[in-house]
Amino acid sequence: MSYLSDNERVALEARANDIRESVISMLVEAGSGHTAGPLGMADVFTALYFHLLRHDPTRPAWEGRDRLVLSNGHICPVFYATMAHAGYFPIAELQTLRKFGSRLQGHPHRDFLPMVETSSGPLGSGLSQAVGMALADARDGYESGRTFYCLMSDGEHDEGNTWEALLLAGRERLRNLIAIIDRNNIQIDGFTEEVMPLEPLRAKWEAFNWHVLAVDGHNMEQIVAAVHEAKAIFEKPTVIIAHTIPGKGVSFAEKHYEWHGKPPSKEEGERALHELRTLGEKITSEHQ
Amino acid sequence: MLNHTQKPNPKLFDIDVDQRPIRAGFGEGLLQAGKDDYRVVALCADLTESTKMDAFADEFPERFVEVGVAEQNLVTVASGMAAMGKIPFCSSYAMFSPGRNWEQIRTTIAYNNANVKVVGSHAGVSVGPDGGTHQALEDIALMRVLPRMTVVAPCDAIEARKATLALAKHVGPAYLRLAREKTPAITTLDTPFELGRSNLLVDAEHPSVALVVCGSLTYQALLAARQLAQEGIEALVLNLHTIKPLDREAVLDVARRAGRVVTIEEHQVAGGMGSAVAEFLAENFPVPVRFIGVRDQFGQSGTPDELIAHYGLDAKAILAVAKGF
Repeated sequence: MSYLSDNERVALEARANDIRESVISMLVEAGSGHTAGPLGMADVFTALYFHLLRHDPTRPAWEGRDRLVLSNGHICPVFYATMAHAGYFPIAELQTLRKFGSRLQGHPHRDFLPMVETSSGPLGSGLSQAVGMALADARDGYESGRTFYCLMSDGEHDEGNTWEALLLAGRERLRNLIAIIDRNNIQIDGFTEEVMPLEPLRAKWEAFNWHVLAVDGHNMEQIVAAVHEAKAIFEKPTVIIAHTIPGKGVSFAEKHYEWHGKPPSKEEGERALHELRTLGEKITSEHQ
Repeated sequence: MLNHTQKPNPKLFDIDVDQRPIRAGFGEGLLQAGKDDYRVVALCADLTESTKMDAFADEFPERFVEVGVAEQNLVTVASGMAAMGKIPFCSSYAMFSPGRNWEQIRTTIAYNNANVKVVGSHAGVSVGPDGGTHQALEDIALMRVLPRMTVVAPCDAIEARKATLALAKHVGPAYLRLAREKTPAITTLDTPFELGRSNLLVDAEHPSVALVVCGSLTYQALLAARQLAQEGIEALVLNLHTIKPLDREAVLDVARRAGRVVTIEEHQVAGGMGSAVAEFLAENFPVPVRFIGVRDQFGQSGTPDELIAHYGLDAKAILAVAKGF
């Protein structure tokens, strides 16, 4: 059984590619920022904002909306690009990223962009906030039907605060909570398994009483199916370990941790955009 | 001497003055706030009885969250609950919250402008035998430096109850500082209380010194003022329960009238209430200021009386400083 028709899948994939292009062009313009994570999470963000989330870009303060907490705020280029493509603000505004007076701060800040659910950047506290939100709904009897998502990095599992949140969510059996881990295996100082090994990651989350799923983070059908399964789990919160390729879609950035925290130069940006527009030379014309 | 417009406890200086821990007033206030507003929730990090959240937890179990010994989670979960419209009070010892979780308070509460009330109990050396690890002397500095943060240190249990109720209605991040030991009842139910508006507990016609005090040492300041009066020296005593936002009008008034200011707090001199007063006066009405507080040291084990004497925080020390400049 598939949760997506072929047309839906193709449309989502095309949208993710557009979002990657926006990520590259905004980073080139900003001259600083993170590249690998945003490219790697473009498919997950697309699946969420264009298929899974209950939300309305014309009414960002709608009480009934699902809540999405971005814990690893440094991948905000893909967050902003996805929100712009979804209609929260003009796509042209993406070019203001990290500039003085911009709503698109270097890391998300609610003062500037109230439609983000929380300010983030310092790692390890997003899951706790999502737990708090989900817990508030749970204590009200789950009547709202809202789902609470927390997008987080693998590197921030080094933070003790993350595990405090896991413990509490497990005890409270928060069935309205879905954590999605960007399992791209890199952090600033190197590969996660060399800096601070996280494996067996699945077993760790299971031991904290979470339902654990793993997906190819670039496979729309798997992402969508996992979220549907998570919503069907009644007794536990669910974590989806999304295996992603850092820098996905741009060959020279893929799998290189050096691309965690730097932007492409103008020339690298042009190469990256060419690759994205030709889907890695699979099509001959950028306009095809 | 006592400013009766402030309705102080008439038995203030009696031997059998009613004494209760400041934290007990918080517990009563929280319970009442919970009855007044269904959005009030309480979170605690394994110190429910000690921080006096137990009455609320018993009355509203569905609105109480035990997070375990996890102070970082305590405040970040509270931030999430506030985002959903709850009014969270989260308590621990001041040494651990805000001592351990300052960045989480900064980012997820202050930066986010989340309507969370951080409650730090067992502040100051008067924690006593537990020793220096458990005696928060830095928390006022840690909290008042944060934009948007309201900082309150009540002087007795009655005021703590009023402060808790006021903070439940105040929209925005706040820190409430509590002490462990019993403190004489200084105020009464009729004493006015308003966030950001200090109370002039002792007034005088020709004051030569103003004692500006907050929290658990307020009684010591009153004892010192009484002794000064007996020696023919008139003093003002201003209970600056709200350290931030500062009651500029009242601080300016006592500085103008007395010409000399002594600040008194159970906290490091660096960065505390006295610093807030001095920052304001230096820019607006420079007068000589002396600071009663802990001077760049940690606490240690002992009885509360031994410790406030050792660190120069008791009435005797206040008296000496007030007369000495």
